[in-house]
Amino acid sequence: MSAAKQQDTSATPAPGKLDGRVDFPPVYRSALAKKFRRFLNPDSVISDEETIRPYECDGLSMYCEMPQLVLLPETVEQVQQIMRICHADEVPVVARGAGTGLSAGAMPHAGGVVLSLAKFDRILGIDPGARSARLQPGVRNLAITEAAAKHGLYYGPDPSSQIACTIGGNVAENSGGVHCLKYGLTVHNLLSVEVVTAEGDRVTIGSDGYDSCGMDLLALMTGSEGLLGIVTEVQVKLLPKPEVAQVVMAGFDSVQKAGDAVAGIIGQGIIPGGLEMMDGFAIQAAEDFARAGYPTDAAALLLCEVDGTREEVQDHIRQAEELFRTMGATSVRTSGTEEERALLWKGRKSAFPAVGRISPDYYCMDGTIPRSQLAHVLTEMDRMSAHYGLRVANVFHAGDGNLHPLILFDANVPGEFERTEAFGGDILNLCVDVGGSITGEHGVGMEKIRQMPNQFGNLEVSQFHAIKQAFDTRGILNPGKGVPTLRQCQEYRAIGPLRQPSAAPDTEASHG
Amino acid sequence: MGDISQQLVEQVRQAAEADTPLAITGGGSKPFLGRGLRGEPLELVGHAGIVSYEPVELVLTVRAGTRLDDIDAALAEQGQRLAFEPPRFGSSDTIGGALAANLSGPGRPWQGSVRDHVLGLRLINGRGEHLRFGGQVMKNVAGYDASRLQAGALGTLGAITEISLKVMPRPAMEQTLIQPMDHQHALALMNRLAGQSKPLSAACWYQGQLYLRLSGSRPAVEATSESWRADSGGDMGVLDDGDIFWRQLRDQRLPFFDGEKPLWRFSVNPTATLEDVDEHALIDWGGAQRWSRQQENLSVMAEKAARAGGQAALFRHGDRSGEVMHPQPAPLRTIQKRLKASFDPEGIFNPQHLYTWL
Repeated sequence: MSAAKQQDTSATPAPGKLDGRVDFPPVYRSALAKKFRRFLNPDSVISDEETIRPYECDGLSMYCEMPQLVLLPETVEQVQQIMRICHADEVPVVARGAGTGLSAGAMPHAGGVVLSLAKFDRILGIDPGARSARLQPGVRNLAITEAAAKHGLYYGPDPSSQIACTIGGNVAENSGGVHCLKYGLTVHNLLSVEVVTAEGDRVTIGSDGYDSCGMDLLALMTGSEGLLGIVTEVQVKLLPKPEVAQVVMAGFDSVQKAGDAVAGIIGQGIIPGGLEMMDGFAIQAAEDFARAGYPTDAAALLLCEVDGTREEVQDHIRQAEELFRTMGATSVRTSGTEEERALLWKGRKSAFPAVGRISPDYYCMDGTIPRSQLAHVLTEMDRMSAHYGLRVANVFHAGDGNLHPLILFDANVPGEFERTEAFGGDILNLCVDVGGSITGEHGVGMEKIRQMPNQFGNLEVSQFHAIKQAFDTRGILNPGKGVPTLRQCQEYRAIGPLRQPSAAPDTEASHG
Repeated sequence: MGDISQQLVEQVRQAAEADTPLAITGGGSKPFLGRGLRGEPLELVGHAGIVSYEPVELVLTVRAGTRLDDIDAALAEQGQRLAFEPPRFGSSDTIGGALAANLSGPGRPWQGSVRDHVLGLRLINGRGEHLRFGGQVMKNVAGYDASRLQAGALGTLGAITEISLKVMPRPAMEQTLIQPMDHQHALALMNRLAGQSKPLSAACWYQGQLYLRLSGSRPAVEATSESWRADSGGDMGVLDDGDIFWRQLRDQRLPFFDGEKPLWRFSVNPTATLEDVDEHALIDWGGAQRWSRQQENLSVMAEKAARAGGQAALFRHGDRSGEVMHPQPAPLRTIQKRLKASFDPEGIFNPQHLYTWL
């Protein structure tokens, strides 16, 4: 039971408490478009339905909405002008990078505009001496590492969408990846961001140095899902490329044993560059797809990558192999070459498409838990899977406790997506109950707004709205996302967790 | 040692009602920071103790008034530590103070800062509401990051009562290398070495000497040490008891920090040149943090820092009646004033401690 829930969460908000904005004045599309065409290239103000259509959703396509306009500015001054107009006219603004997000954070607002940063795609400079790069927000994550490679450097966070996702989106979501335990999330790898505020001011937060005076606004901006400002430039830290990386693959006949082995590695003082776990279902699907040589009879598979200097890697790989054998691994294999390492990772990296191949649709969840709760959570998930009649495959960033259950469903079967969402909601509530979070790296967006009141009380939610208002006095930036209104909190709590749908909800709904 | 949060909440509520300014105090080890505290003390030191510690999860939750020395002792039993090496300015420094002041030790560029290790916290805001942000897991992007926001806020947003932190294993081996060198060569070498994938964990230039620390597995430290010493043509040597030097640097107990002359802190691009500063400075963080002792005014120092891509602050001593922190551009001043009001509508917490306008 999370302590947040033990607080007084049922109380009605005190009068004067700040809340999320939901109502906006009506928008006249052609009049608004005219205002923007005064300073934007006419092609950069999209108002016809057919061309707007591709912007109606992000990577979570079940949530979609048509905006009034899509804007594609090319300069920061244009972004400032857009914000000044939208602030004055109270028009909702939804910033968008590559649209690879998985929580509907970039889903448009029906009464507003989508502000695409797609044209801000230049690498402004790499400083190899200071090991940093200045980027426009539309630069792709992988392009940073590619550009830094000639200096022997790379960018740490590597979300699985890194081929397509942009650094601006990474800042908005505080993206992670498979190397977080050792190299951190986006927030740990930023030096500064340039932001255009809701009022149209242009300002830099952070510097070329590591720490700045005053409140840590850089951390606050990171992961704020486009609710606090428009990021127009990002300066990231670059890391020296490790001399060598090797991966140990270990199969286990139970999830519990694999979980114990993860604890064992950490207990030995080794912080692996990557530490991933897959359950039996995911192993089978990945092996059928990628032919990586996974032990398909195993109930759980660990991939433990160690990187660093030659000597360190040798030392740690030897320790890891020994430990996995001692802890009952049924198979242990270590990559001897770069090709073999790539092959062992290929299975894990293609786990999502592999699952996609055996099911018409799948829904990817993103909860975090304390690692010690893994066996309990997986057992509970099996029970829920039986209850909902939906299969689930698990891939898990075991090092940092980030679960990605993939729920298999068929959107063409009436009611199946609704069941899937209920199942997913139950998983997230379970994560909170064992001391974790409803989202590790995908963000709340629209998708997890229902679970927010399970993780936070009304007082925290009110404080969040107050924080937003400090940046965005009129509430025009990505309204309706990230933080539920107090009324939504009341409704969602009244409905209660759907874990035991047979049981009657214990709180009476009051829709005041 | 115990939980006095109810008492603290009560004191904050009364102060808010009576419009009484509160001076949040922990161990009282850093009274020289900021612009000085005015108001009725809100004492956090009695709110101490470890709430939970899971070595295998790498997570520690402590009350804010817990002394850093007590945390170190508990972690050491499990072969772990706080990798951000928080400085001690006395024997009573608390974890809450380290976070509020955003203070990290020599390993900061490689091992991260105090805010990098924060996973979540509890805080009493100016309405006397005891809030909880973040959590006890490494990855958590639900809600705004109000936890890390507290780093450097010097208590202006509220009283931190409890912090969850990521802890790390102690390195199997550490070794310190030393080589006589002028500051220009030292800066160039520090940055060049930091660009290599080697177990470098601290780099400092002080009184004509370059100090480098290696931390990691024994074979990695030994091989790197051997190869760097060979590259230096014999000028680089191993410093015995190197950990004493790094502790004195961390805690500002080197002779450089003696006396009452103003102490300036520069946080800048690690490769930048700070004219009229570098040669007399103590250079830490591989060039990214530089300390200087001189009579000067903030605007001159802030301008120098800005040219070096960073910021300046009057860390200790000197005239503290005006601003002591790097100036904020107008839009960020507005946002920070509004943020302050959103947490502390009556303005009772540490008024004007960080900036005259906050």
